[in-house]
Amino acid sequence: MRKENTRNLIDIRDLSTKEIDDLIKVANDIILHKEAYAHKCDGKILATLFFEPSTRTRLSFESAMLRLGGKVLGFSEAASSSTAKGETLADTIETVSGYADIIAMRHPKEGAPIVAAKKSFIPIINAGDGGHNHPTQTLTDLLTISRKKGRLENLTIGLCGDLKFGRTIHSLISAMVRYKNIKFILISPKELRLPEYMIKEVLDKNKIEYIETDNMEKYMKDLDILYMTRVQKERFFNEEDYMRLKDYYILDKKKLSTAKEDLCIMHPLPRVNEIATEVDEDERATYFEQAYNGVYIRMALILKCLEGRK
Amino acid sequence: MNIDTIKDGYVIDHITPGNAIKIYRLLNLDKLDCQVALITNAKSKKMKTKDLIKIGKLIDINLDKIAYIDPKATVNIVKEDKIIEKKKLKLPETLVNVCKCNNPRCITSTERNLNQIFNLTNKKEQIYRCHYCESTLEKDHFID
Repeated sequence: MRKENTRNLIDIRDLSTKEIDDLIKVANDIILHKEAYAHKCDGKILATLFFEPSTRTRLSFESAMLRLGGKVLGFSEAASSSTAKGETLADTIETVSGYADIIAMRHPKEGAPIVAAKKSFIPIINAGDGGHNHPTQTLTDLLTISRKKGRLENLTIGLCGDLKFGRTIHSLISAMVRYKNIKFILISPKELRLPEYMIKEVLDKNKIEYIETDNMEKYMKDLDILYMTRVQKERFFNEEDYMRLKDYYILDKKKLSTAKEDLCIMHPLPRVNEIATEVDEDERATYFEQAYNGVYIRMALILKCLEGRK
Repeated sequence: MNIDTIKDGYVIDHITPGNAIKIYRLLNLDKLDCQVALITNAKSKKMKTKDLIKIGKLIDINLDKIAYIDPKATVNIVKEDKIIEKKKLKLPETLVNVCKCNNPRCITSTERNLNQIFNLTNKKEQIYRCHYCESTLEKDHFID
């Protein structure tokens, strides 16, 4: 059992633009021809190793594998794994590598998938590592943008909320900078601004236009995409800071009054208060469709990672 | 001030004032049983003032550690009272087990038997990032 040719997805930057385009193409084809894919993974097993709780990501991975005809096993919290007994991640992964054909892993520690990929001899898909990366959410976002707008170029994208710890934000920015004429409006309280390394090494390096602001309403009329995020309680060490910042932005009908008619409102979910439920009725609300798309792009990704493997 | 010349060993020269003590600590020179001289603020034609370290034994030294602290330093290897090699240093592309990641959310904070690895991501500004979590390395956050 060797791992030299194992196809992992740790970071969205691991994928070329062509690979992303191909995944979107396959996902779109799956949406149109579900039956044609129903037995593509017969006899294959996906291990979902979730050391941190998740609803959407874990269930969408499991749904994706089941829809491809495969089977799933795994755990949904660290407490129900041998991690609770003090086992290292490396040992857990080496063991599970013998039980399944592919692993989707979420871990609260940043960089954990790199450790996993080094030990595993089956493909590892990063299903989120702390506040660091969440590449399959980004693929979901790209599929959603591409389906709603018909393009991944020429877009003004508002990113709103926790831009500091929001891993979906970091991955989305890293992915979008490769497309032409992308402009970002970075909307956050000053405590939750995009980290400096993202500004310097991703936006500035790629000569991407951006504006940092704490005023959502001011730029609403310019946006093609408004990507809302939750202020994540689990990323704060200080309860007081969390309480102060958690309801900083609440998107409601009134704030949308100046927005474009074809604005696409996205959110990786779960939401708490940052999008009022009255917005759900608005045709521009795309977040549930975004969650459904997560299954199809993960199906495409599983197929890609298992391609050519016995 | 007179410091004995060394027969076999190293002279780490042209160290930016203030850095010699960091190199001394990082190389664990206090653990050696040979003569070690640490000179600070010595006069220098090139640098006005400089630090230098003399080590009276040919031990294994990790040049990456010295280069990380002070890439402008030079390392002279002395054998039989003669300098046989002058090593110019350059900022290492990767640091392994020299510094530790300060991010409490990094996998290196909990996983045992994991090398602490940092990659040079910005040569001009000498920025290193953790191989795992990509946090910026805080200068002088050395492994004990």
